[in-house]
Amino acid sequence: MNVTQIEKAVKEIYERVKSESLGEEEDMLINVLHKVQDHFGNFIPPEAAETLAELMDIPVSRIYEVLTFYTMFSTKPRGKYVIRVCESTPCHVTGGKAVVEALKEALGIDFNQTTEDGLFTLEYSSCLGLCGVAPVMMVNDMAYGNLTPERVKAIIEELRGGEAK
Amino acid sequence: MPVAVVANTVLICAGGACISAGEKSVKQVFEEKLKEFALDSVVRVVETGCMGACNLGPLAVIYPEGIFYQKLTPQAAEEVVVEHLLKGRPVEKYLYKGPAGEVKAKAQEELPFFKRQVKIATRNLGVIDPTDIEEYIGRDGYFALMKALKEMTPEQVISEIKASGLRGRGGAGFPTGLKWDICRRNEADQKFIICNADEGDPGAFMDRSILEGDPHSVLEGMAIGAYAIGASKGFIYVRAEYPLAIERLNIAIEQAREYGFLGERVLGTDFSFDIEIRIGAGAFVCGEETALMASIEGERGQPRVKPPYPVESGLWGKPTVINNVETLANVPPIILKGSEWFASIGTETSKGTKVFALAGKVRNTGLVEVPMGITLRELIYEIGGGIPGGKRFKAVQTGGPSGGCIPADYLDVTVDYESLKELGTIMGSGGMVVMDEDDCMVDVAKFFLGFTVDESCGKCTPCREGTKVMYDILEKITSGEGTREDLEKLKELAQFISEASLCGLGQTAPNPVLSTMKYFWDEYVAHVEEKRCPAKRCKALIRYVIDPERCVGCTACARVCPVNAITGEVRKPHEIDPEICTRCGSCMEVCRFDAISKVSP
Repeated sequence: MNVTQIEKAVKEIYERVKSESLGEEEDMLINVLHKVQDHFGNFIPPEAAETLAELMDIPVSRIYEVLTFYTMFSTKPRGKYVIRVCESTPCHVTGGKAVVEALKEALGIDFNQTTEDGLFTLEYSSCLGLCGVAPVMMVNDMAYGNLTPERVKAIIEELRGGEAK
Repeated sequence: MPVAVVANTVLICAGGACISAGEKSVKQVFEEKLKEFALDSVVRVVETGCMGACNLGPLAVIYPEGIFYQKLTPQAAEEVVVEHLLKGRPVEKYLYKGPAGEVKAKAQEELPFFKRQVKIATRNLGVIDPTDIEEYIGRDGYFALMKALKEMTPEQVISEIKASGLRGRGGAGFPTGLKWDICRRNEADQKFIICNADEGDPGAFMDRSILEGDPHSVLEGMAIGAYAIGASKGFIYVRAEYPLAIERLNIAIEQAREYGFLGERVLGTDFSFDIEIRIGAGAFVCGEETALMASIEGERGQPRVKPPYPVESGLWGKPTVINNVETLANVPPIILKGSEWFASIGTETSKGTKVFALAGKVRNTGLVEVPMGITLRELIYEIGGGIPGGKRFKAVQTGGPSGGCIPADYLDVTVDYESLKELGTIMGSGGMVVMDEDDCMVDVAKFFLGFTVDESCGKCTPCREGTKVMYDILEKITSGEGTREDLEKLKELAQFISEASLCGLGQTAPNPVLSTMKYFWDEYVAHVEEKRCPAKRCKALIRYVIDPERCVGCTACARVCPVNAITGEVRKPHEIDPEICTRCGSCMEVCRFDAISKVSP
């Protein structure tokens, strides 16, 4: 994707969010960043941040000040599937560690890394609020509960298989 | 239009936990099979919010009888359609069974887990379809808003909430009516009401369940609050970790606008009010109200000094009320049924009910709403069903990273804001993580400190640097390098951090350490003086040993050991080399002869 395409896409997103918002302009930043990140495949390219700064008439440093504060925004490309595994107490005491190991093994990567085929990124997550079925992980917006090492491997295989088709 | 005769209604729990356990495929089979047998015109399938019993999911209840099915699979759904809905015979194998194997077909009427509950904030969870505003209206929804707007002055609304004794359910327990009153008295051209749905405490998920299962009750509570304080605009700040809650809130807001409960001139009155959703981006500190407002304004979510409080100078410097999800869900019933009714439930200082999330080492995990003043024993043993696996109860952790651990000696203490505070913990948002004899309290304290270190926003030094130093000391203790002086230093730091930190996150961060030191001092001493971990959890302080009397030499352990630390001939007792062993515990899991045990030191 070249710079003009990125600029065009960011501009469209910005206008859309602006038209949906009921309030002030300044506070749209986080909302826009979410949408920009979704659009560019789980990360915010530097060109997009620059375009946004121009549109909102604020310094680029302001954009980065905000986006680097929040763990869910990424400045480097991530996989198509961002796997976020919960590391909170209820998941910890119900076997979360073995699940994490199985994930690393099935993916062949460590935390905050992306597989070579660009499919998966592995990240830790704060509590997902599904403690009744711990251990839990989310793959993009889909939650998976009652995880075991076997179940984790099957889920990864299924996603991989779906991609191969 | 012909009136459809509905013979049965199948309520399927579509709470987050049941969805993650496979609810969608179960529902699909229900619908397909009903169609196949031409039952789809007389049997309704409705997806509801969380029914509470998360460990039994996916769940479904079939009315009119109220037959409760648990742990459903697509295969089970087919059987239920054929046997129960077609032939009228409940399928026993998917019904709830008690510890002795007794079948409880109507579990919701029979089990203490359901029976002991008093549902106010969660009144509609598991009963209505959260995506259909008419079902909410059918359960008296928006009648409280109508009553407030048409029959009450804002002052009357505030005095009703004051008289009810409702206190904030997000943690600190500030009286809601008083907060509204102060905000009302502050004159300004614009005021805001914010719903704090940035539920971040590990182990707490009541807000998620309410937002997913009954979003309209939160919207109605906000609209009533806005009318009371004089706000024309509201924000719901939801964490990005809750996509389903965001989706259902969006639907609910659209519907409420359509029906005239939100927007210009609500219900034909002079009151105008609208709500916008703001999504977090993974920062725990944004649950702190000043940080939350900064995040809504599009800034880094960092807290600021209070005072001024938000009710004086909040969002964009305007008077702002910030209420928690559960608090707001309590508002409509109070307006409708009156403050006297609400105040008749609970204790002298803590009125009404509280929703608790039971998790950890407890048989029945999930959400329960119980009257304030219930004892921990009732909550954990009667409702929670006790500790699984014949283990001994050790402690219950309340209040998340801001709270503390309560030991067995205090199981008969009543659960209310004051008594928990006296025990050195807090009510918090209502997460209860139960721990048994296998949990090391020093390790638990370290776990929470690790959480705070990660989530500290970095603005003030005591929290940013202090929690890290505390964490390092705990790490030292759990790896067997700790000294008596370290324990003193921990105490000193804890005191300093709680006094000098800027916001609630830092002020309460030492609580998990202080409370475990208070009740489990012996465990800390054992770690530093005897280099012993009584719970046999801290890897550096334990060894795995094989009992030669019991070992038959089956070689199962040697084969599973990832580092080849186990040696021995076939049919002869094996041995573990502690120098090579990584304490992964795999050998103990595979041994069928109970020959392997952990020892410390």
